[in-house]
Amino acid sequence: MTRRGYDDVAVAVPVTVPYIRYSPRSAHWFVARALEDLLQASGLDKPSIDGLCLSSFTLAPDTAVGLLQHVGLSPRWLDHIPTGGASGVMAVRRAARAVQAGDADIVACIAADTNHVDTFRQTLGSFSQFARDATYPYGSGGPNSIFAFIMAHYMQKYGANREDFGHIAVAQRHNALRNPNALFKQPLTLEQYLSARPIADPIHLFDCVMPCAGAEAVLVMSSARARDLGFAHVVLRGAIERHNAFAHDPIFERGGWRVDRAELYAQAGATPAQVDFVQTYDDYPVVSMIQFEDLGFCDKGEGPAFVRSHNLQFDGTFAHNTSGGQLSSGQAGAAGGFLGLTEAVRQLTGAAEQRAVPGAQLGLVTGFGMVTYDRCLCTGALLLGAAA
Amino acid sequence: MSMPMPPPKRKNPALRTRPMHPPPAARSRIGLGLTAAAARGELALQVCQACGAHQYPPRESCCRCPSTHLKWQAQSGLGQLLAITTLSHSNDLFFRERLPWRLGMVALDVGVSVLVHLHEDVDTPNQNVRVLARLDRAGQAVLIAVPTQPSPHWQETSMMREMGCDPKHRKILITDGKSPTGQALARACVSAGAQTVWVGHAEPWKKLPGLDELAALPGVSLIPLDLTNERDVAKVSGGIGGKVDIVINNAEAHRTHGIADRAGTDAARFEMDLNYFGLLRLAQSLGPALKGRAADGPANAVAWVNVLSIYALANFPAHGTYSASKAAAYSLAQCLRAEMRPFGIRVINVFPGPVEDEWFQSLPPPKLNPDVLARAIVKALQEGTEDVYPGDVAQEWLQRWREDPKILEREIAAGDGQ
Repeated sequence: MTRRGYDDVAVAVPVTVPYIRYSPRSAHWFVARALEDLLQASGLDKPSIDGLCLSSFTLAPDTAVGLLQHVGLSPRWLDHIPTGGASGVMAVRRAARAVQAGDADIVACIAADTNHVDTFRQTLGSFSQFARDATYPYGSGGPNSIFAFIMAHYMQKYGANREDFGHIAVAQRHNALRNPNALFKQPLTLEQYLSARPIADPIHLFDCVMPCAGAEAVLVMSSARARDLGFAHVVLRGAIERHNAFAHDPIFERGGWRVDRAELYAQAGATPAQVDFVQTYDDYPVVSMIQFEDLGFCDKGEGPAFVRSHNLQFDGTFAHNTSGGQLSSGQAGAAGGFLGLTEAVRQLTGAAEQRAVPGAQLGLVTGFGMVTYDRCLCTGALLLGAAA
Repeated sequence: MSMPMPPPKRKNPALRTRPMHPPPAARSRIGLGLTAAAARGELALQVCQACGAHQYPPRESCCRCPSTHLKWQAQSGLGQLLAITTLSHSNDLFFRERLPWRLGMVALDVGVSVLVHLHEDVDTPNQNVRVLARLDRAGQAVLIAVPTQPSPHWQETSMMREMGCDPKHRKILITDGKSPTGQALARACVSAGAQTVWVGHAEPWKKLPGLDELAALPGVSLIPLDLTNERDVAKVSGGIGGKVDIVINNAEAHRTHGIADRAGTDAARFEMDLNYFGLLRLAQSLGPALKGRAADGPANAVAWVNVLSIYALANFPAHGTYSASKAAAYSLAQCLRAEMRPFGIRVINVFPGPVEDEWFQSLPPPKLNPDVLARAIVKALQEGTEDVYPGDVAQEWLQRWREDPKILEREIAAGDGQ
């Protein structure tokens, strides 16, 4: 059965609660602040928000349920998605279905996390049962050690070298310098990338994201409602998610996007060549490279040649992670999974200011989340189009 | 290729002794299955009893078929190295203090990928490896990939030293040198490369056979030590407590009685006094010093060995009071293990069957040769196993006890104990 399309659904009001490296505040504050910004930017009142989809790692002992009493919302549709880097894609897809079904009119999708001084270390050891049993006792490097294997294996098998990954990181820093919210404010050269200190060989410092506190949020509603309210908005032209794909690959080298990408492009009636910019989930550059392949911009193993032959800056031949991505903006926990989403909405509504991709009409946003053992399990992607 | 470990330099006594921060110890309950096997020196994985699929990391149900019937089964550990990383950064103090630290991802032949600590002799992707399960300094199982053909000194790398309790270059206290087992232990420790072996003897005024020969071995010295005497224990611990890296408590009293065949409690009291209270006295006196030196350089304090008896698991009525005293000691040894584990000191419990000595004279063979027992203890130290059941009798009892302790009890009562 062909699944129903999404293109009567709009995404609007992208909100970013400014990132900071460490915060003594709780995740609850960042959620509340994102909601406050959503209401302020949209001019809506609280009762108008009748759906909430929330993602956070640091909300314990609360969930989205407890948050309702904190912030005083009474929605008729509620979702809490513990899917980290895939949460932006998944929140929008679920909210879209709720709107289409009439379960909610306006859904706030919020991802927010705090970062205390010891939050990251504590999160690593208790991230999953598999992490506790089978990865954290091995050097306690967190995802760095897992992605080091993935990167080393990819380099051995497909002949990528560190410069290839450096191109991704360096171009993102170029973009970040035009994003006032990015935590990294200094330019990054390929030489600096290559000479950075090793973290988990072949991963070096600038292959890693910096954990921080912050929040990202959007509103999802019908296109008609967005037009009535006069919101600058984008339309949802396609959405896919896939979990635990290729589970029997001994080591991660392809993700669930490959399973569903044909359907994604078919939903939008578009081809990869028609995509004006790509916001990949970039916890490490190798993950972005694998997504270029799995989302059809080049074949498996051609990622290195692809990045060598393209300029990945916002004003280049393949505009990628135009906000600077997590590598240069910082990773605000689950909000890292929303970063590409809010940026894509800004790009397609003329709000990307000095990093605008000229004439952008169609953008791709990806999600990749949850390393419970040796790979991320959640993958997803959205195609967003400029409103007619 | 790993080189022999050089003798560690003498420590500057003015320098601070660094405390031990063991690696992450938290495991799920199901994950402890790996530790239970590693404590015996085995690599075991869960195998689905419905479809035969191997599982890792540990879980509650098969990843292939819907079955929840998984069983831990011993594995060869053979596989192929997929990728290597060297950590230059860690979020945990144990590893942070030991960087750089090498890890590998291995595809086991049975079809699962495992994250492993990587032996330094393994350095080429796609090379064949063997994965072992060892207890780390937290006392929890971890996987280590080693070459399929290990080089002679493979256990002497700094990483392997952290995963075991190798007697090489270490200073060892053996609490009793008068028994055949004690003398065999001293010889085995010397040939395993121990730097110093102190051998206790409870009655220094007696000239007992074999002690002169022991004292002539390199690094061996005799010290008066009677574990039933509080002052003796305090004196030894005051003298060498800050130097002992491994304690092997083999001192025991053994009389051959049950309840009805001997009046009074003197013999049983003596057994308890040495076998149970002796361990308690020694642990209270020496334990704190060991805990404080668990990260003291390359020849740190690492282990405490209790020579118990297989009769600690189930009472052997012909040696009833002895069995009871060993059961008491076993219980106390579990307490000692729990108290030592946060400090990174391994407690090894040894459960021999009847040994070839005077108190087991009336039992028929097979009996354990003291040299075989001593070698099993040295091997347990080298490999860091936690529970050792040396010899055929012990192995057989263990199997019967694990199958059903009640059946074993009835069998023994019916005279089918040996």
